[in-house]
Amino acid sequence: MKNDETLAKLPYSKPFLFVDEILHIDENGVKGTFRFDENLEFYKGHFVNNPVTPGVILTEVMAQIGLVCLGVFLLDNSFNKSTSIGLTSTEIDFLKPVFPNEKVTVISEKIYFRFGKLKCKVLMINEKEEEVCRGTIAGMIISK
Amino acid sequence: MINNLCYISGEKNKKMNKEQTIIELKAIIKPYIANNEAFENLTEETDFIADLKINSANLVDVVLDIEEKYNIIIDNESMEKMLTVKAAMAIIEEKLAARD
Repeated sequence: MKNDETLAKLPYSKPFLFVDEILHIDENGVKGTFRFDENLEFYKGHFVNNPVTPGVILTEVMAQIGLVCLGVFLLDNSFNKSTSIGLTSTEIDFLKPVFPNEKVTVISEKIYFRFGKLKCKVLMINEKEEEVCRGTIAGMIISK
Repeated sequence: MINNLCYISGEKNKKMNKEQTIIELKAIIKPYIANNEAFENLTEETDFIADLKINSANLVDVVLDIEEKYNIIIDNESMEKMLTVKAAMAIIEEKLAARD
């Protein structure tokens, strides 16, 4: 129930929504999935005749599932249309390429949520359960 | 006479603690600064954001590192006031006094 409520509150839509499903969410972390549709626009240019998911998009998937979903959940009822969110730092290692039609799972652990700043340790794995990327992401989420 | 001596050495200790606190604060904020010159010339009046160019997200890390270093809890209200070296030192002192 909490999973769907959190999804419904996300401030994104196509073509920039990168969360399909939240598998688990609690005050300490979140686990969610996203499948990369082969028709996504960026595959036409990254790279020409050789589609590979760009690192910035993997970062965005990690941030939307690992940070924004968790932030929305943590703020609960105080998250509304006047809440501002922003990415403030990322430190990510990319270990394996992600190709069109792959489904990834993001697992995020809260490091802290203080003074409006949420910082998480985030891991992305593919369907073979191999680590695709991992790192630390932080953002500010402020309810006015 | 003895009283006087105690008074003098007490003052001296207090002053040394202040210098010590500035040294400790400098070590805490160093990873987050974007203006080396202002950092080298840091005084009590130095402003974290305006002078040292620490961004507001990293100011949260500075405050959390201060909490850990001094074993104190900084509330939202104090966090909002913590914009200069002087303000940070005053809040550390206040929280340490409240703790002891």
